[in-house]
Amino acid sequence: MSRSTVAILAVAAAMALLPLAGLPAFYDALLYLMLHWIVLATSWNILSGTTGYFSFGHGAFFGAGLYTTSTLLARFEWPFLWTLPVAAVVAALLGTALGAVVFRVRSVRGELFALLTLAITFVVGTIVGNTPIDGGNGVSLASVPVPHLGPTQSSTFYLLALAAATLTLVVARAIFFSRFGAGLLAIHDDEDAAEVMGVPTYRYKLVALAISCALAGVAGGIHALFLSYVTVGEVFTITVPLTVVLMSVLGGTRHWAGPAVGAVAITGLLYSFTAADHAVAGKAAIGAILIAALLSMPDGILPRMQRAWRGVTHRGAKASASVAPTAAAPAPPPSSPAVPVAGDVVLRVSGLHKRFKGVRALAGVAVDVRRGEILGLLGPNGSGKSTFINVVSGHYAASAGEIVFEGRGLVGTPAHRIAAGGIARTYQIPRPFAHMTVLDNVALAAMFGGGIATPRAARDAARQWLDFTGLAAKADAFPDALNLHQRKFLELARALASRPRLVLLDEVLCGLTPSEIDSAVALIRRIRDQGATIVFVEHVMRAVMALTDRVVVFHHGELLAEGRAADVMQRPEVMTAYLGRAHA
Amino acid sequence: MPGFTLPSATLLAQSVLSGIFVGALYGLMGLGLSLSWGLLRIINLAHFAFAFLAAYICYQLASHGVDPLLTLVGIVPAFFLLGVLLHWLMARFRMTTFNSLLLTFGLMGIVEAVIQTIWTADFRKLESAYANQKFKLGALFFPVPELITLVLAVSLALSIWAVLRYTDLGRALRAAAEDPAVAAAFGVDQRRNGLLLAGTCAALVSIAGVCIALTATLAPSQMYAWIGVVFAAVMLGGLGSAIGPLVAGLLIGVSEAVTMAVTAPSWAPIVSFTLLIVVLVFRPGKAA
Repeated sequence: MSRSTVAILAVAAAMALLPLAGLPAFYDALLYLMLHWIVLATSWNILSGTTGYFSFGHGAFFGAGLYTTSTLLARFEWPFLWTLPVAAVVAALLGTALGAVVFRVRSVRGELFALLTLAITFVVGTIVGNTPIDGGNGVSLASVPVPHLGPTQSSTFYLLALAAATLTLVVARAIFFSRFGAGLLAIHDDEDAAEVMGVPTYRYKLVALAISCALAGVAGGIHALFLSYVTVGEVFTITVPLTVVLMSVLGGTRHWAGPAVGAVAITGLLYSFTAADHAVAGKAAIGAILIAALLSMPDGILPRMQRAWRGVTHRGAKASASVAPTAAAPAPPPSSPAVPVAGDVVLRVSGLHKRFKGVRALAGVAVDVRRGEILGLLGPNGSGKSTFINVVSGHYAASAGEIVFEGRGLVGTPAHRIAAGGIARTYQIPRPFAHMTVLDNVALAAMFGGGIATPRAARDAARQWLDFTGLAAKADAFPDALNLHQRKFLELARALASRPRLVLLDEVLCGLTPSEIDSAVALIRRIRDQGATIVFVEHVMRAVMALTDRVVVFHHGELLAEGRAADVMQRPEVMTAYLGRAHA
Repeated sequence: MPGFTLPSATLLAQSVLSGIFVGALYGLMGLGLSLSWGLLRIINLAHFAFAFLAAYICYQLASHGVDPLLTLVGIVPAFFLLGVLLHWLMARFRMTTFNSLLLTFGLMGIVEAVIQTIWTADFRKLESAYANQKFKLGALFFPVPELITLVLAVSLALSIWAVLRYTDLGRALRAAAEDPAVAAAFGVDQRRNGLLLAGTCAALVSIAGVCIALTATLAPSQMYAWIGVVFAAVMLGGLGSAIGPLVAGLLIGVSEAVTMAVTAPSWAPIVSFTLLIVVLVFRPGKAA
């Protein structure tokens, strides 16, 4: 068990003894509310903070749990504690159903998701209010006995919320430092790139939403008994989601404990205003604090404090580390895969079509890629080269045709499966995960494409790939501190870390200086020497001549020529395609 | 479950009519929101607060004997300035779309507190010469305030559409929304245009506010009730569109009214969101 998990449990155990000290009931209630909001804010953050899919439907999930417990208590007279798991399940089911619909639509990104989940709050509220679940009059739980967990009734609620908050924090922390959490954070920065790197984005979002909803459901269940009288108008409002968002944004969404910090701060603040009878002023103050926090600390309190702390301890330690990557000092590759059987067809593409609303990007392309070769993919701009890579890597679905990799058909396979199955790609314009260090960028690929289970082992592997590509000095930098050359090499390091048998390189040399091109060419050779097969889209003819065993030329989405580079480029139809027809 | 009783033809026609009136107001509220989201990439929740602030100011002036429609002369320029000021702040801090949503939510809380302090949380109803006027056409009643709203909503949506489509300013705005860098390279002054558009959006929503004052009962917390429906209209109508929110608003308004007539009023909130979810699932390209 990690140190901070032990710390959470120790603090929780100490706090569990508080009721024995005989605090006034009024403190129990304040502490209950703080813990209650810690559960809600932290659970919200499990999906929304990590992936950036801000849910405004937390009120609906919380309300689903709340009404589940109330119904089971009031109508079926269940014992209270037994209703909580059911509340969690009902809320999770509601979330999963919503997610299954919404996450399937590719165009639903952050803002739209926020508003759709907001809509769910009112839909669920309307249904509950109009059916016998509530009936429009609310449900009274006044006659339901409160279990005797603490010396007093209020201390019982405090202990229940404490248990829920502990559970939530332990879960949130575990997710944050797992492979799952790394995948969620990658979705936040670039969902498409994450999917191509092997993160099962759809399933991850769905699971995160389900966990988040289940915890909110538990909080709702406890709150039902705490309120003892529940109404639709009080539960299914916009207040719950907005308060939760506010707390998380204030505390910091990219840290597992950020929302908890925000929850304690806001609850305390609200309390001090209402206690002093300034509820209206409190509303205005919260608004003002939100605005001030957004303008001054866009990342939240906790990350801001962490950065300040790191600035104090690390200053000067890094002054010496500013080296450009060089492929001159070849580090030994981490471990070489099985020696390939040269010559057999590793990727067979036949009759491949891709249409974009009438535009034919690929019109019946057939290409065989042989194991161990470097195949150059040439053609003028707009000839379908990048589309080919996008279709093979699963980013676009093929309109027709077959793609067979090592005997398995890839058409219809989601991109993350293709990545895990041994195909990696780079982007022409590098797409690093902006909020992750260079090391973590590579470790992510090692975890998902490369199949390494734990983040720690993945980081070790990633270090070796950074050595291999000459980026070791930049391991702790963020991508925006890299120049173009380094970003391109980072793309390569990420592709390599997924241990691919086939690498699709999309114009890695574009924009580099001649000497940078030389070092990149040397690196690509060494990648092949490790046993990977390479498909190489490129315009830099010097590199094409030097590297490729064979080239294929695309033109208007069709295969124009195929053969050795030196021969193919002499053919009249190829010269016409590149340079246009000579008019007499 | 409510009983499904088929209402009489007259009642149904009257419901459709009232749906059109309410829908026009949804469309008018959504107009500024849609332009701001689609063309400026700013989701301005404060629009709802601005609408209510305008409504309360109109109420206040009207209770001193000023004709409610005459208040527009002062309200529109004032809110134009307010919109410009807010956008200047946003541009100054380079707000992302999402942070704009949170920031304007904070602002909404502040405006709500201000309104509640000045006018209290009690319900207020504007009294004016034509508040209760209506005329009868066949079996149907046409209330005057609602008619004014409908006329304003349609004419404003059409004029904004014409400006966006036929003027250089409109073309520049659409170009800047599509590709800011290229638009800038062609000499589009995005800073000025952005301020102008933000001011216009706030002015439009203040007109919607006056219409709310004319047709509805006011309470500070009511502003939250509009968020869901109006956003549904904006997303159904298409971001950055001038006509879309009005059409979607009318569609939602009529469906709500018919639902209320056939089942029970308490089922109305479900209509717009079901429409939205259905459209999103079956025509994902259409919404937003």
